Formats: sequence, C-alpha cells, structure tokens
Amino acid sequence: MEGDDEATFAAATGYEAMYANGDAGDDPRLPPTPRSGKAAVGSGGDLMDVEAYAALYTGRTKVARLLFIAERCGNEGMQLEAFRLAHDEIKKGEDSHLYREAMAKIGDRLGPRYAIDQVWADAVDRRAEVRKEKLENELNIYKTNLIKESIRMGYNDLADFFYAHGQLGDAFKNYVRTRDYCTTSKHIIHMCLNVILVSIELSQFMHVSNYVSKAEQTPEQLDPVTHSKLRCAAGLAHLETKKYKLAARKFLETGHELGNNYTEVIAPQDVAIYGGLCALASFDRTELKNKVIDNVTFRNILELVPEVRELINDFYASRYASCLEYLENLKPNLLLDIHLHDHVETLYTEIRHKAIIQYTIPFISVDLHTMAGAFKTNVVGLEKELEALITDNQIQARIDSHNKILYARHADQRNATFQRVLQTGVEFERDVRAMLVRANLVKHECITRAARKP
Amino acid sequence: MAMESVEAVVAHIQGLSGSQEEVAHLHSLLKQSEDALRSQAARLGAFFHQLDPSVHTLGYLFLLEAYSSDPVCREQDGDFLLSIVEFINSCSAEQIRLAPEKFISVCKSFKDKVMQLQVPIQGIVPLRTAIRKLQASSEQLTTLHSDYLLLCLLAKCYKAGLSILDDDIFEVDQPRDLFLYCYYGGMINIGLKRYRKAWECLHNVITAPMTTLNAIAVEAYKKYILVSIILSGQVPLFPKYTSSTAQRNLKSHTQPYVDLANCYATGTFSELEGCIQTNLEKFQSDSNLGLVKQVLSSLYKRNIQRLTQTYLTLSLQDIANAAQLKTPREAEMHVLQMIQDGEIFATINQKDGMVSFHEDPEQYITCGMIEHIDSSIHRLMALSKKLGSLDEHMSCDPAYLTRIGKERPRFDFDEFDSVPHKFL
Repeated sequence: MEGDDEATFAAATGYEAMYANGDAGDDPRLPPTPRSGKAAVGSGGDLMDVEAYAALYTGRTKVARLLFIAERCGNEGMQLEAFRLAHDEIKKGEDSHLYREAMAKIGDRLGPRYAIDQVWADAVDRRAEVRKEKLENELNIYKTNLIKESIRMGYNDLADFFYAHGQLGDAFKNYVRTRDYCTTSKHIIHMCLNVILVSIELSQFMHVSNYVSKAEQTPEQLDPVTHSKLRCAAGLAHLETKKYKLAARKFLETGHELGNNYTEVIAPQDVAIYGGLCALASFDRTELKNKVIDNVTFRNILELVPEVRELINDFYASRYASCLEYLENLKPNLLLDIHLHDHVETLYTEIRHKAIIQYTIPFISVDLHTMAGAFKTNVVGLEKELEALITDNQIQARIDSHNKILYARHADQRNATFQRVLQTGVEFERDVRAMLVRANLVKHECITRAARKP
Repeated sequence: MAMESVEAVVAHIQGLSGSQEEVAHLHSLLKQSEDALRSQAARLGAFFHQLDPSVHTLGYLFLLEAYSSDPVCREQDGDFLLSIVEFINSCSAEQIRLAPEKFISVCKSFKDKVMQLQVPIQGIVPLRTAIRKLQASSEQLTTLHSDYLLLCLLAKCYKAGLSILDDDIFEVDQPRDLFLYCYYGGMINIGLKRYRKAWECLHNVITAPMTTLNAIAVEAYKKYILVSIILSGQVPLFPKYTSSTAQRNLKSHTQPYVDLANCYATGTFSELEGCIQTNLEKFQSDSNLGLVKQVLSSLYKRNIQRLTQTYLTLSLQDIANAAQLKTPREAEMHVLQMIQDGEIFATINQKDGMVSFHEDPEQYITCGMIEHIDSSIHRLMALSKKLGSLDEHMSCDPAYLTRIGKERPRFDFDEFDSVPHKFL
C-alpha cells in the first residue's frame, strides 16, 4: 500500500511530513489524534492522518467524509490523498453518479492512473438498469401473490439497490414503504435503522429523530448494539439542530458495545469527541461530574480520544490554560468533520465563556492580570470579553478599569424589589387609565352606532 | 310663531332668569327665537349692557352667540374680545351647561379672533376659566380642551397647559376631541421635556379606537417614534388593543421615522447622522427637527448608561471610545451633564482622568419615600375600584348580556346558564 503509490505523486507539498505520520501508523485502527495533536503543536499545520481516519468508516459516509476533507483542508498533499482514497472507495461500490461527481472535482490532479474511467461507469449503469428491472419485476410478482414477507423483502432489496446506486430519495421512499409489511419488531427495527441511515446521508434530521423514537417504541427489548446505534443517531440529530445539551446526553448514554458496528455512520472516536464537547459546552458542573467524569461506560469510549478526556479533566480542575490549549489543537481536525464543522465555533465560544464564568464565581475580587495569564490572553482582550458577558448578565460583577480588578457585585435585593414595585405601580396606573379612556371611547362609539341603527 | 323683536327677547330674559323652572322656560323661548336673533345680529350690540351676565347668563349667551356668529360684527367690534372675556368670567356655570354648544361656539369664535390678531396669550386665562365652568367634572373632556392647549402652544406658555393636562380624563364625548387633545398634550409635554408624560399622551392617540386613519394619528405616530427612542432606545410594538387600521397603515405613512428608529438600533453615531441627513427636509417640514436632534444626543447618553452597568471605574478616554465621542473632553462634558440631570450617579476624578460610577444611593428608607409609596397605593386602589365598578356596570348592561347570550355555547339543560333567558 505504501510502496509504489508514492512514486506516482509528483508535486505533493508537505507530503514527506504527512507520510512520516503514516509510516508509524501501521495499524489503521489507532486513533489519529495523538500524533496529529503533537505535530500540530510543533508545526501548527493540520496534519491529520487521512488514511487512518478514513479507515474508521465504511460505506457512503467514508466517501462523503473524504470528499469533504478534500474540499476543506488547505493542504494539497492531504487533498490528493483524500481524493485518492475516495476514488478507490467509490470504485468498490456501484454508484456511478457519485463517481462522475468525484471525478469532476478531482480533474486530472491525481495523475494518469486516476483518469475518469467511462467504461467502468457505463458498465455500472448498464448493470444497474438490468438489476432494477429484475427487482421491479420480482416485486410485482410478490405483490400479486400478496405474501407480506416477500413484498417486504422485495421493497427492501429495491431500496438497497437504490442506496447502492446513489439514488437516496428513492431508497428512502422504498424503505418507508416496507413499514406497512413489517410483522415483527425485528423488521421494524431493521426498517428504522435503514431509514435513519438514509436520512443522515440526506441530512434530514427530523426523520432521524422520528424513526429513532419509532424504533425505541417496539415492545421487544433492544439488544445493546442496536440501542447504542439508536442513541448515536439521536445524538447526531440533536447536534445538527443545535440542541447541544440533548445531544450530549444521548452520546453519553452510548455504551462501548457500539464498538465498530456503526461505522457506516459514526466511529466511536466521534462519539467521544461530540459527546465530550457538547457536554462541556452545555452541562453545569454537577452534571459534568456525574454524567461524564464518573460515567464508567463513557469512560471506555473516552479512552479512544485521550485528549478530550484530558481537556474535560482540566476544565473540571480549573486548569483553563491547558484545557484551552487542547481545544486549539483539536480545532483544525474538527473543522474537517462533516457533522461538527459548523458547530465548532459555537461550541468553542460556549466552552470559553463557561470557563471564564467558572473562574470568577469563587472570588469577590479578581486581578485581571492574573486572570489574563490563566487564560493566555492580554488584559485588554479579557476586559472586552468580560464586558460582553456582564452585559449579557452571565457574570454579576463590575470592572474597575483603573486598577484592572473585577469586583463581584451582588444586587441588593431589597432596593431592587422596591424599584420594581414602584415601577409596576406606575405601569399599572398608566395602563388602567389609558384603558378607561379607551373603554369610554368605545362606549360612545357603540352608543352612536346603536342610536343610528333603526 | 311670529318673529319676536329683540326687545321682547331681552325683556323675557330679564324676567325669566330667576329660578330653575323659569330658566327652563326661558330656554325654550330662546330656542324658538334663534333665527330672529341671528337676522338682527348687528343690532344686538346695543343690548348687552341691559343684561347682567352673571344673572342672565343663558339669555346673554344666546345673544352673544348670535352676535359672534355674524362675521361683520366680529370684524368691526374692537371690544369684542373684552366683552367675551367679561362674559366668561362672570357667567354662571349651571346656566351654561344648559346650552353647551352655544357656549362652545362662542369660545371658538373667541379663539379664532385671538389667533387672527396673533395674541394667543390673551386667550389663555379666559379659556381656562371657560373650561372649568363647562366641565361637569374634572374628568370630562370638552371641545375647548384642545383649543386651550393650542393657544398655550402658540403662545409658548407650556406651564399654563399643565394645570389642565394634569387632570385625568375619563369621559369623552367626542372621540375627535380626544385625538387633538392628546396630540397637543403630547407636544406640550415634549416642550417641557416631560417625555414620559408625552409618551403616554401620544400612546393614547395611536391606540385609540379608530376605523379610518386620520392625519392626527399619523403626526402623533411620528412624534411617538421619536419620543420612544429618547425614552427607552427603541420603539415598542403595537399593543394588542391598537385598532387594526392603525397597525396596518401607520408605518407606511411614516417611513423616514421608522428608518431612523432602525438606524438607532444599530447604534453607530455616524450611521444615525447619515440617516438624519438624508431625511432632513422631511423632518423639517414636519417641524420635528428639534426632536430629532435630541434623539441624536440621546444615543450618547444610552451608550454611557450601558457603561455604568459594566464598569466601576473607567477612564475618560475609554468612555470616549465606547460612546464614539471624539475626545475625552467631550466625554467629560457629557458625563457631567448626565450627573447634573440625575441620569447617572458618578464622580469624575480629573487628576487621573477617571470616572467612578456609583450605585443609586436611594435606600428607600426616608419618610418622603414612604409617603410616596403610601400615596401611590391609595391612588391605585381608587383606580382599581373605579375599574371594578365599570366592569360591574357593564356586566349588568342589557345590550352586553344580549350579545353574549347569543354567542354562548349551547349547554345541556342541567348546566348552569350564565345568561338569564329574558335577554335572549
């Protein structure tokens, strides 16, 4: 694998460094993050091991992720690597549309061996036509026979075919159609999982949530693997709809039985990262301790991404500087993740704000210089951040800009109450008076109208 | 009925102005001789000295009204104003209330004359007396209220308008009176810089029930936007009880002001200035330019006030930056002004160039404050009682009961029926 492929890559900047990563990584199951983390600290580049990353996934999501990485990363070497892997993966499948799309993006950057293979594409299309006809005929036969089980299988096969061929809309429709012919819980669960898979591909997370709840409603006890799968799917749905707290809860409930059973959607490392970051951004301290740090099942998954484990522990122990540093290191890789990329900024800001707020809670007065040191920023920037948080009412404090000290300020309840009472009185008076005038006006109008009526 | 001569009428007046029944009889007689009086308006001038306004008020009123409705008399008589003033001062209130329209028309011609001669200030005191005499209670709005406020505005005697404005109005005969009254009231309050009261007056104008849009409401809405911005920095949404006509149409007629409000919300000074510049002629033609300038200066104030919530001490330079002022000196001026106006509590340390912000020193423990709270409570209790009695009154009203009786859902026979059947 690593032998003669390299020779064909002529212009690949940063290629050596990247392959230096890949060399030591013989086992594709090793998590990519520790190494890339260290490398990033050293050189500041986004040197993710694309191959190891891609090896975590299977199916369409592998291709989608690789293409996404290729589009987003700035590094040409990585880009070519990603394209190459994507190309190989697509060729293993039956999706000619995707192939054409990908080749359009790749162009001829990968060299002559990776030129667009029209012959293959046409062969695939022809095969697809034939198979489609066959499946549809079979389905019609089954429908006339009215055997539920065969009809269900027929629809299922048709949907599988569409999915393999990249027609996700049709696949979705057909999976949903099998619903009417499901007889046992197993069937239902099978159908739900398929629908969920296609919906995730189509980014229709409403359906994902619906079908997760459908699957969970079956009377039969779910086996742990399916249970974990459903949890992950639900977590993803919540993540995409920006409900970070719910997403965190779902991810944290995923057991380690997930293992590598759901690689067509998500890898256990992702569960750790998503769950950890969402929890950090949305849980308060007690919840963080109970559900994340003391959570035995989640701990196993967290072991896969030791950095996330470290940063959560740092946050809890108030070592903010190192926590934020870990976050910064993870950032470039997270920006290349298809589900997380547009949430990274929000989550990071949330975590940073939480850190600042947590820092100020135990103190009556805080010296801004020390605080700036703890957060590895300068006093001016810190002052701006604090100002925003105070205006937002997240911190109850006042800044003494002359001496650069933050003083905690607790509102005087008694005065505040008096003020509110007087204010309410004024408003009440104003509103009632206006209302009486209006009532009077309406009364006159009614009287004149009644007088005019015959 | 034969046309009575003026002399006969005068004789009647002198004879029948004693008791209540006589006056009522006189009233009907006078009503019948109205045309006669009008046709001989020119001659009436000579007869006034025969009547005593305080005793023969009603008769005097009819004569005066006929006299003043004749434009020739109005023009020629130099003492026209004086005679009306004398009449208003000495007339008797009960007799006036028998013929309020006549009284109002006399006062209106008085007002017109005063405005024509461009001496509005002369009309203020007489009109105030007139209002007090015409009102059945201090809660009643008459047509004269708006004329009075108009004169106050023209004469720039805003304080004079206050005594009338401070009365709460609950009874309104003519909706149109209310519009003008509240609009002028708003303008007077703006002139006195009582922005909260002005806001209330203008709020009443735009939320009054109306089926068609009128120009007063449109003008009032323009000022309402400006006053809202000065008071609270934003224009509140229309409350639920605003008429749908107002809600739909007001904004489209006042586009420059709505733009100004949006511009203010974004907060930068230069944008606001630019917005004002583009719409300058419109503001000028509506004579709202003064208010607009105050909106501009309120932007600084609002920015500085926001700083008091966040900082304990702040350098003048930082204040200047945050509030988009040019120099620390300007910032100092603004802060000083605000401290003097009581809008913020702070001390300026000129040596360090620092401003320290303090909490509101009000501790709510003084006797004065307790009295204030006590009187507010009493006032509000009286108000709620009034509201309660209005509600009771309305629930007993037959028209109301008929209406809800028709619309109530059909219950079973055993269910308690809230509307007696006789109302259906």
